[in-house]
Amino acid sequence: MSAAANKPRRDGASARRTRLRHLLQGWLAHHRLSAADSLARVLDHPFSSALTWLVLGIALALPAALTVALDNARALSDRWDSPAQLSLFLSGSVSADEVQALQAALQQRNDIEQVVFVSRDAALAEFSVLSGFADVLDTLERNPLPDVLLVTPLPGSDVSAALYTELKGDPRIAEVVLDMAWLERLNTLMQLSRRVVLALGSVLVAGVVLILGNTIRLAIESRREEIVVIKLVGGSNAFVRRPFLYTGLWYGVGGGAFAALLVAAALWFLGAPVTRLAELYQSNFRLGGLGIMGSLNLVLIGGLLGLAGAWLAVARHLRLIAPR
Amino acid sequence: MITFDRVSKRYAEGHEALSEVSVDIRQDEMVFLTGHSGAGKSTLLRLIMLIERPTRGQVIVDGVNLAKVGEGGIPRHRRNIGVVFQNHQLLFDRNVFDNVALPLVIAGYEHREIGRRVRAALDKVGLLSKERALPVTLSGGEQQRVGIARAVVARPRILLADEPTGNLDPLLSAEIMQLFEAFSQVGVTVLIASHDLALISRLRHRILTLRNGRLVGAGS
Repeated sequence: MSAAANKPRRDGASARRTRLRHLLQGWLAHHRLSAADSLARVLDHPFSSALTWLVLGIALALPAALTVALDNARALSDRWDSPAQLSLFLSGSVSADEVQALQAALQQRNDIEQVVFVSRDAALAEFSVLSGFADVLDTLERNPLPDVLLVTPLPGSDVSAALYTELKGDPRIAEVVLDMAWLERLNTLMQLSRRVVLALGSVLVAGVVLILGNTIRLAIESRREEIVVIKLVGGSNAFVRRPFLYTGLWYGVGGGAFAALLVAAALWFLGAPVTRLAELYQSNFRLGGLGIMGSLNLVLIGGLLGLAGAWLAVARHLRLIAPR
Repeated sequence: MITFDRVSKRYAEGHEALSEVSVDIRQDEMVFLTGHSGAGKSTLLRLIMLIERPTRGQVIVDGVNLAKVGEGGIPRHRRNIGVVFQNHQLLFDRNVFDNVALPLVIAGYEHREIGRRVRAALDKVGLLSKERALPVTLSGGEQQRVGIARAVVARPRILLADEPTGNLDPLLSAEIMQLFEAFSQVGVTVLIASHDLALISRLRHRILTLRNGRLVGAGS
């Protein structure tokens, strides 16, 4: 009895499952179809499509190139930034033993890499050689220079700032000089540049979305009759939307790829002179690029922007096209 | 199958296209809708397809009160209705097969099933040999038959036709009508708007006559 009662229900459930599977397959098939058809339509007009890609590529390449430039500038400034040196000018009353004790104590700290002692006599000798004022210095009755400890903190500017305040309070130390002002200016300048790039990037990204939205709007207009027919025979909005979203995706992906190419071309163009310039400064600095991941990210961002632009156009224009 | 209950449709500009129309069409029926142009034939069909909504009254199709079908439900509703248009409404950048397959693609049928059903529908209208042809290469009668194949390919329970023989010569028109009769005989509800009185009065089916938006007589 129970088997007989269950049988039709099971059949019903399996029929529903089959129906669901068919719907899913149909949905996937239409995605495949839309993707392929949209790509074919984009490639059918190679000239105008290439123009669209180029426009998007340029708009995406500008912020990307500026980001690369900033990354390079940071890589360059990091070399100066990390081992900033503190000069500890010691009080004249401090004895040689005390100096040694201080040096040993500093050497023990885990935020200091190196401590070098430069005695006042050594400093005077070095100064007279380097300055060329040896004759004048010889006339001095006593050495005006203090003993100096040159402290190299471990990389990280926070540590050096803390260290600076701590050492400043030490009575054995007359003065602590941390010549970081220009570095701070550089860092602030970098932060400012980053903001400028961000603002410029946002504007250009908005431009990309609008350009794509307009391109998709034209595509929608040119297929107005088709949309009407599809709506008449029962196509849902999602069905009508799909090919246009794919069109946006292809334009965006192409634009991203063009942008990556443009950035790579610019870096190739600048690479050799930059290396030569760096060599003149005895530096082995090399221009860094987007890399594989950066390029893929650019393509991905392009694709997402393409989708966004298409969505914008589709949401705005498809509603207006209805059977009359 | 299709019920109009005192349906009126007034357009925004004030013109009343349908006034107090009440009619009941059974499932196994084939019904002609006639009247001179502007009498409200197209409006009546558009109300069934939910291209328009009535100002007053109720339309019930296949047991569903259309007032209860929201915007999101319209595509599903239209998939249950096959429609043949006077101007065919074919896609001219796609071949005959793809045109006929459109409702099945929309409904999400799988690839093999689509091929099978499209060929069956094309066979029924006698165009199996033209499945790869583009619509522009076909004659008016052939284009209309492609439109009919597309309307029936998803096996709808209702078939609507708006002046399906409008541009065809009498011989072709008679052939098209025979096709509709064949669908009617297998249980499809058929409603055809036509002003070709000579043709439709020869066929023995109920005729609804609209005059200035009102049904005249009870229909024979």
